[in-house]
Amino acid sequence: MKPTQRRLMRESRVARRALGAAALLALIQAVLTVVWAVALAAAIAPVAMNGAGLTQVRTAIIVAACAALGRAAVAWGFESTGRVGAQQVMSELRLRLAAHVLEARPLTQGTDSTGELATVAVQGVDGLELVFARYFPQMMLAIVVPIAAIGWIIPTDWVSAAILAVTIPVIIIFMILIGLGADRRAKARWAAMQMLGGRFFEVVRGLTTLRVHGRAEAQVAVLEQVGEDYRRETMSTLRLAFLSALVLELAAALGTAMVAVALGIRLVDGGIGLQASLAVLILAPEVYQPIRQLGAQFHASADGMIAAEEIFAVLDAPAVLDLPSASPAPSPSPARDAIVLDDVRVAYPGRSVPALDGISLALAPGEFVALVGPSGAGKTTVASLLVRLIDPTSGAVRVGGIDLRQIDADAWRSRIAWVPQRPRIFAATVAENVRVANPVADEAQVREALRQAGADTLVAEMPDGLATRLGEGGRRLSAGEAQRISLARAFLRDADLFVLDEPTAHLDGVLAAELAQVIRRLTAGATTLAVTHRQELVHAADRVIRMEDGRVAGALVAEAVA
Amino acid sequence: MTATRALIAAVRQARIGVWLPIAALATTIGTVVLGAALLGTSGYLISRAAQQPPILALGVAMVLVRAFSVGRAIMRYLERLTTHELALGALARLRSSFVARLIPLVPAGLPRLRAADLMSRFTSDVDQLQELFLRGLLPPIAAVVVICMAGVAAGVMLPAAGVVLAVVLIAFAVLVPVATGAVARAAGRRQARARADLAARVVDVLEGAPDIVAWGVRDAHLGAVERANDTVMRLGRRDAYASGVAAGLSGLGAQVAALAVLIVAVPAVRDGRMSGVLLAALVLMALAVFEVLVPLPVAAQNLAACGQAALRLEECVDRPIPITDPDVPEVPGPGRSLSLRGAQVRFAPEQEPVLSGIDLDLCWGRAVAIVGPSGSGKTTLCEVLARLRAIEAGAALLDGIPLDRLRQFDVRRAVTLVPQDAYLFPTSIAGNLRIARPDASDDELLDVLSRAGLGEWVDGLPDGLETHVGQDGGLLSGGQRQRVTLARGLLAPGGLLVLDEPTSHLDAASEAAFLDDAHGASVTDRTGLCIVTHRLAGMERFDEIVVIVDGHVRERGTHAELVVSGGWYADTVRATAVAA
Ligand SMILES: Nc1ncnc2c1ncn2[C@@H]1O[C@H](COP(=O)(O)OP(=O)(O)OP(=O)(O)O)[C@@H](O)[C@H]1O
Ligand SMILES: Nc1ncnc2c1ncn2[C@@H]1O[C@H](COP(=O)(O)OP(=O)(O)OP(=O)(O)O)[C@@H](O)[C@H]1O
Ligand SMILES: [Mg+2]
Ligand SMILES: [Mg+2]
Repeated sequence: MKPTQRRLMRESRVARRALGAAALLALIQAVLTVVWAVALAAAIAPVAMNGAGLTQVRTAIIVAACAALGRAAVAWGFESTGRVGAQQVMSELRLRLAAHVLEARPLTQGTDSTGELATVAVQGVDGLELVFARYFPQMMLAIVVPIAAIGWIIPTDWVSAAILAVTIPVIIIFMILIGLGADRRAKARWAAMQMLGGRFFEVVRGLTTLRVHGRAEAQVAVLEQVGEDYRRETMSTLRLAFLSALVLELAAALGTAMVAVALGIRLVDGGIGLQASLAVLILAPEVYQPIRQLGAQFHASADGMIAAEEIFAVLDAPAVLDLPSASPAPSPSPARDAIVLDDVRVAYPGRSVPALDGISLALAPGEFVALVGPSGAGKTTVASLLVRLIDPTSGAVRVGGIDLRQIDADAWRSRIAWVPQRPRIFAATVAENVRVANPVADEAQVREALRQAGADTLVAEMPDGLATRLGEGGRRLSAGEAQRISLARAFLRDADLFVLDEPTAHLDGVLAAELAQVIRRLTAGATTLAVTHRQELVHAADRVIRMEDGRVAGALVAEAVA
Repeated sequence: MTATRALIAAVRQARIGVWLPIAALATTIGTVVLGAALLGTSGYLISRAAQQPPILALGVAMVLVRAFSVGRAIMRYLERLTTHELALGALARLRSSFVARLIPLVPAGLPRLRAADLMSRFTSDVDQLQELFLRGLLPPIAAVVVICMAGVAAGVMLPAAGVVLAVVLIAFAVLVPVATGAVARAAGRRQARARADLAARVVDVLEGAPDIVAWGVRDAHLGAVERANDTVMRLGRRDAYASGVAAGLSGLGAQVAALAVLIVAVPAVRDGRMSGVLLAALVLMALAVFEVLVPLPVAAQNLAACGQAALRLEECVDRPIPITDPDVPEVPGPGRSLSLRGAQVRFAPEQEPVLSGIDLDLCWGRAVAIVGPSGSGKTTLCEVLARLRAIEAGAALLDGIPLDRLRQFDVRRAVTLVPQDAYLFPTSIAGNLRIARPDASDDELLDVLSRAGLGEWVDGLPDGLETHVGQDGGLLSGGQRQRVTLARGLLAPGGLLVLDEPTSHLDAASEAAFLDDAHGASVTDRTGLCIVTHRLAGMERFDEIVVIVDGHVRERGTHAELVVSGGWYADTVRATAVAA
């Protein structure tokens, strides 16, 4: 078993149960296989030799029929318990993935395409089903069936048993050789598949951009090329794999033929009876079958396990947020206590220069501070610290003297209204999108928040008003419209701390000036940090902090910035 | 459109040719036939041997047993090769063919689907279609051929056995797939939809994590994932039981066939209608022939699933193309000037026009600014300029030639648009820039980056141009992200530059620097500039300012003219000034 499989077994009770069921079923299957062969032989031999009638072989036929029914039931069991087991395992992994991302790493998307990850989490189950419904059963069968069959053959006909016992190790050695190659190949193939899948997601999302640059059509050629390369590569490796499989198959076929011929010779001598020979002959292919199949299933299982591996990789990535301590301190209120960044450093992975380089600043309770500075100065990073989407690499953010990391993150965030630099509009109705800030708000409150954000006429013009669907698959909003929906969210929450990241970047001067006043009015009594490049908002602030290169470059009064 | 028609369309797009399918079919049948011959001959061999004839009498049978066993192994090898070749080739062609059909729909004709949904159609549905030949169409055809052959072979030994074998085979061939196929069809359609929904929810969580966490709506989103997951599981369980039934029945079939043949043959042997030595051969052959039916239930499931997949894909791409290239395109001019005359745009026939009566002139050496309230149609106007949207009335002319008489490619070579929400692909900075010009050298990349104000920053990055930008630029700051899209626009060959809010995330000083640079280039280079902006600083540099309100040109003129005219522009300038 490979490490990922072991890990699955360790971490998932469902997976253990599925494996156990496979083992049990395999045992039954082995017994039934022998019974079937013996009964069928018993039904044929007397007829062929002595011209016996149906009544004489009735018992044998009935036993054979029962064995056949039993085998069908076992096959049903393998397939359905295996698949259901795989689905449960995958579902566990999916939910763990989603919970983990939200709990420990909300902000750090890696370099991977989210589309790719989602594909793995959803479609990966197909691969896993093959593992649970085919590979595991086959693994068990490959052990149990040969043992049971040869065990029965030894006392009946030791020559055939010997032939089988000699050829099986040859096959197993070949299988291992193939298996080793298959594993490596499957990984490469999976990577190629992922790229194809990921490419699709990106191509679909970026199609407008590609078209603008006249590259969309070229992208088709690229896809075609990638697909063609993939085909050629896969085929060349497959050709090799099939060749080894051919050798394997030949060994099995020759084994069966040798058994048959040897039986024939001894039958002529009278060294063995027809009934026993027939039973051996029927059993011989059944001995090879599961071993041969195992090789093929191993191939499929490699794909399935990689899906699990991929999810484990995300689960194992280091957490960005310190996980909540068992007994978090009660959350202080930013409306009463000052928020202090004390010598905070934030270094993102893969960057030589830290985003925040020992920054210290304080927000007094109820103060309205504008944060300005050039691109990449670290303004958004400061905002993310306050909302606790990330934690400092060193230094601390304190509220009323308590380190934010000691406070329950959700309790802290529930006091904050946040407008991100690029607001996300969920695929939901207008009302649902605004209610994100306060799920229990009634319609009047939602309308009021939208009005304050200057989005009331916008919503009034929509065909279904508040029930209009937005976001992907719904009505496209202009950038400024999305920004106003995001502001409406902030206004709907009765927050103690407003963290606004360029809330008016996409609005025209009149609206931006109006909204600056509205923001000023609605945040009265709460502490506010507004990152902005717009004068309208800068002038509404009590104090302006200018950042550069991850540090405070100067605290200015509003007039000086203009 | 029906599933069948969609399937036929898919088969046509897969372009599989004639010989490969025939070879695949022949080898599939050959494998089964040789397998049956092997077992049958073995049965005959030992039955005959049991009569203890002189050993020489068994010679032919012994040779045949060996020959069949080797032949079968080789045939299986060939079968694997041809079928995989067939499937992989079809997959590659289907993929690119569907994408090629999707492209002309962007963005105006695109179905209203979520990206994750579109993606799952274009990945898993296309993957599903790859099964069409191998695990959908091939097995039934092979089954028909083999059933006929088996019936005849058994009939030669004992006519009644031939009939019984054929009947059992046909019964299983029809009944099992029908039973499982019915379940699969019902589940298949909903399964695909449920999975697309689940994928969309997972993407929501992965990409919306900051918003979800910050607003404390984690439980609602996890709940949504869980619910979608439950639906997928419920349907999946039904599928699992269906394929369990298929697996059970197809194993059972072989044994039923063997026993049925045995039951009719036993009296025949007793009556002397059939020789006893053939009995074992007959029964074992019946057992082996059934191999051909094993893939049938899966084939039924696959055919149903492929039909749905094809239908879902056609649903995406089989729609009117909003903008088509003319059959006989005009030869493009130098791309010197672009003008709109009374242009009108509508999103849907039943809606009011978003833009109407728009006149605009853009040419080398000229800088135009487009301003106006949020949602007034500026982005839509930019899309018209880059021929991403068609106008329903009026004229749009590039070098005096109507846009609809030019190839789109030629229009976009001349007009470079940097969209408001330009997308960054999850790859390196260089990779993203080279979309605009694949053959650009590193120096050229660095040059446009420094024009966009990122020169120093890129120099300071440990990986430089190879720095990964993350999913949609997630690893960059907002301003850096915007500047990379700008640099990409500057790299593009087009001389008419249309920038949709290029500086919304830049500070005032950077904005001024960038505008100076872009404006300077438009005066000295062979470029023309059209900028959408909300910040009315430094507007003196534009030759014309066009104010768009509610989809109409409300005012136009230079900064000096407009500030004194007392319209929207003057009000906005004043509002900004009052704030200051
Ligand atoms: N597919 C669509 N169907 C219906 N209405 C749409 C569609 N796309 C955009 N709109 C609406 O058309 C109007 C014009 O949108 P557009 O994006 O052109 O505005 P804009 O002037 O660029 O605004 P902003 O300054 O906020 O970017 C908006 O009200 C928008 O909501
Ligand atoms: N997830 C990340 N991984 C790596 N580097 C990052 C990440 N997020 C931000 N950075 C880098 O950290 C620095 C500060 O980024 P931040 O987003 O805080 O800047 P900002 O002041 O908000 O800039 P802007 O005005 O452009 O939005 C930038 O150089 C940016 O490239
Ligand atoms: Mg920022
Ligand atoms: Mg716009």
